Amino acid sequence: MPLAPAAQYPIDADETPDHEYLYTLNFGPQHPATHTTLRLILTLDGETIVKAVPDIGYLHSGFEKLGEDLDYNQYVTIVDRMNYISPICNEIAWHHSVEKLMGLELTPRCKYIRTIIAELARISDHLLCVGAAALDLGGITAFLYAFNMREKIYNIFERMAGQRFHPSYTRVGGLMFDVDDGWVSLIRTFIKDEFPKAHTDVARLLNRNKIFIDRTKGVGVLTKEEAINRSASGPVARASGVVRDVRKEEPYLAYKDLDFQVICGTGGDCASRYLVRMGEMNESAKIISQAVENIPSGPINIDVEDKLTVPDKSSTYRSIEGLIQHFELFMWNRRWKPPVNECYGATEAPNGELGFYLVSDGDGKAYRAKTRPPSFIHFSLFPHLIEGHAIGDVPAVLGSLNIIAAELDR
Amino acid sequence: MAAKFPDFLVTKLDWVANLGRANSLWPMPFATACCGIELMATASSRYDIARFGAEAMRFSPRQCDLMIVAGRVVMKMVPVMQRIWQQMPEPKWCISMGACASSGGVFDTYAVVQGIDRFIPVDVYVPGCPPRPEQLLRAVIDLQEKVRRTGTIDAREFADRKTYEGPANLARQIAPEDTMMVPGDFTTATRLRD
Amino acid sequence: MTAWQTKLTETFGDACKFETFRDNIRCDVRTERFLEVMKNLRAQGFDLLLDVTGIDYLHYPKAADRYGVVYSLVNTESGERAYIKVRLNDPDPAVPSVYSIWKGCDWMERETYDMFGIVFEGHPDLRRILMPEEFTSFPLRKDYPLRGRGERHNFPTVLRSDG
Repeated sequence: MPLAPAAQYPIDADETPDHEYLYTLNFGPQHPATHTTLRLILTLDGETIVKAVPDIGYLHSGFEKLGEDLDYNQYVTIVDRMNYISPICNEIAWHHSVEKLMGLELTPRCKYIRTIIAELARISDHLLCVGAAALDLGGITAFLYAFNMREKIYNIFERMAGQRFHPSYTRVGGLMFDVDDGWVSLIRTFIKDEFPKAHTDVARLLNRNKIFIDRTKGVGVLTKEEAINRSASGPVARASGVVRDVRKEEPYLAYKDLDFQVICGTGGDCASRYLVRMGEMNESAKIISQAVENIPSGPINIDVEDKLTVPDKSSTYRSIEGLIQHFELFMWNRRWKPPVNECYGATEAPNGELGFYLVSDGDGKAYRAKTRPPSFIHFSLFPHLIEGHAIGDVPAVLGSLNIIAAELDR
Repeated sequence: MAAKFPDFLVTKLDWVANLGRANSLWPMPFATACCGIELMATASSRYDIARFGAEAMRFSPRQCDLMIVAGRVVMKMVPVMQRIWQQMPEPKWCISMGACASSGGVFDTYAVVQGIDRFIPVDVYVPGCPPRPEQLLRAVIDLQEKVRRTGTIDAREFADRKTYEGPANLARQIAPEDTMMVPGDFTTATRLRD
Repeated sequence: MTAWQTKLTETFGDACKFETFRDNIRCDVRTERFLEVMKNLRAQGFDLLLDVTGIDYLHYPKAADRYGVVYSLVNTESGERAYIKVRLNDPDPAVPSVYSIWKGCDWMERETYDMFGIVFEGHPDLRRILMPEEFTSFPLRKDYPLRGRGERHNFPTVLRSDG
C-alpha cells in the first residue's frame, strides 16, 4: 500500500495530546544485541526510553517439570543447559542442594576439585560477559581475545569430563571420575601464563577506552537500596555496594580454607559492573592457584558403604556388592531414599546466587525442584535501569546484566 | 539476436551461480540456546568459519541465505522462526544445529517443539548436544556440496518441493476443539502425540 | 530459637509454627496473618527477598493442603535466612502480594501465578510471564502431564515451495 503523503497527517502540536508523540519499538525476540531470545517493548520519546516492558518466555522449556521426572543424577544434564556459559556452576549448585537434602559430607578431594572447576567456570562466564558487552558496544577485538581464553578452559573441561561444553561432571556424593596429573598441569599453565596475559589484554583494550567508558559510565545506575529491595545478587548487587557473597557468608566446598576477597564497587552503573567482573576474574585465578597446589589425595566419592554413589565400572562388573549397588541406584523403583522434607541450598554462581529449593517425598527423584535463577531476577531490574536513557544504552545495560535466556526462562 | 538462449549457456549460468552461492553463504544465526555459544565459538579465532566463506553473519533475515537454527525452539518461538524464515529471500537453506533443534533432544516437555523440521524445511541436520564447531563446519561444507549439485540460477529446484519433508506423523489427528489454544494458526495441523 | 523466631512467637502466638531442617528455619504462617508477619520480618531487618517458590502438594504423602508458597528471606546485615510458608487450597488459591514490601517479588509472583495459578492479591501487573497469553492451563501443577496436551504441535507447516 503506498504511504499517504506526510501533509495528510495532522501535525499540530496544540491539538495532539502528549502521548501521541511517543512511539513504540519492538526489540527482539531475535535481535543482534541481546544474544538471547528476549523481547522488549520500548515506548520512546524521540530517542529517550519512557517505558520498557520486557516480554520473556521465548525459551521456556519446562526445566522444572523435567526435574520432577528425572532422578537426582539424571537431572544434572538438564541443569547444565540452564546457564550455558558456565554449565559446571549449575551442576555444583544442583548437587550442593541435593547433598544438603540428603545430609552428605563430601570428601576433601572432591571439594577441592569442585572448587577449582567452579572458579574456572566463573572465569569463562565473566570472559564471555565482558567480551559480549564490548562487542555490543562496538569492540570486537576484546570478544575475540576473551573467546580464545574460553577455548583453553574448554580444553581443561574436555580433558576432565570428555565433553567440552556441557561436562555433566558432578554426581550425588562425588564426581563422575577422578582427574589426572595432565589436567593439573593444564590448569597450572592456564593460571600462570595464559590467563593473566589475556586478562591484561582485555583490560588494556577496555579500561581506558573512551568509547567504552563513555557508553557505560553513569548508564543504568542501581543504588544500594534498590539493589536489595529488588533482590539483586552477585556482581550486579556487589557493583552497587552490597557486600554479600555466599562463598564468604556460608562457605561451602573448600572456600573456607582459601584466601580471596569479595570485589565490590560503588557506582552501580554498567562500568562498575564491568570492573567488578574483571576483578572477580583475578580473585578466581587466585583461588585456583591456591587450590590446585593443595588438592588432597584420597577418594573423590563418599564411602561406598553409604550406598549413595554410583560405583565405578570395575567394581560393578567384578564384585557382587558393586553390582547390587549399581542395580539399587538405577532401578526406577529403588534409587535414593532422601528424607521427606524440604530444603534450600545456595551457591554463588557467576551471575549471582543460584540455589535450588528441593521438596522430597522420599522418592529417588525430586518432588519439586525450584531454581532460584539470578538472570530472571536481574532482568526484572531492567525496566528500572533503562528508563530515561537513550535507545543506544539498551545493549550496554543488557550486556552488563549478563542475561542468559535459558536461565531466564528455564 | 535470438530471444532464447541456447541450453548449454543456461547450464553454465547455473554453475557460475552455484559457485558464488556455495562459497559465500551468509548465515542468519537464529541462536536460541547453548548451541548459539558454540556457533560463536565457530565464528571466533580458533575455528574461523571465514575459511569457508560463511563468516558474514547478518542478523537481518533480508540479507541472509542460510538460517542456522541453534538451540531448542519452543511454542512461543515457532511463529517467530517461521516469520523469519519467510522473510529470507530465495534461494535459502536451513541448518538445524544440535539435538534440540533437530528432534527436541533431552527436552521432551510440554513447551519444546520436537524438531523444527515439522514446521520449516531443513537441509542439513547436525547431531550433538551441542555439536562441536568442527561438526558445524562439516555441515557448512556439506551444504556447499548440496548447493553445487542441485542449485539452479532461478532457484526452480525449490518450487518442485511441494510436499511435506519433515518426519512422519507420529501423532493421531484430533479435533481442534479438543486441543488448547496456542499462538499461530489453530485451524491446521492439530496433532497430539500419544 | 533465634531472635526473629522469638519475636514472631511473641507477636503472633500460634499463627507461626517453626520447623528446622539442616540449616533451614521454616515458618508456617496462617494465610490471614501472612502480610503482618512479612511486615514484621521486614522491620526486623530481613531486607532481601530471594525467591518465591510455588509447590503443588497434590501427590505428596500426608499433605493436608493443595498448594504451598515459600518465601526465602535474607537479612543482608547478619546473613540470616528465613523461609516463610503459606498453604493454600482450591478452588481459589490466593495470597496477598508482598509487592508493597519488596519490589523484587514482581516477577517471582508472576512466575508462580503462571505456573500454578496462585493469585497474588494486590500485585500491580499479574499476568502470564513465561507461557503464551493464550495458554489456559498451569503447567507445573501435578495434574498437568509432562509432555503437555498437544499444544506444542499446533502450528502450521511452512513448505519449501512456500518460499
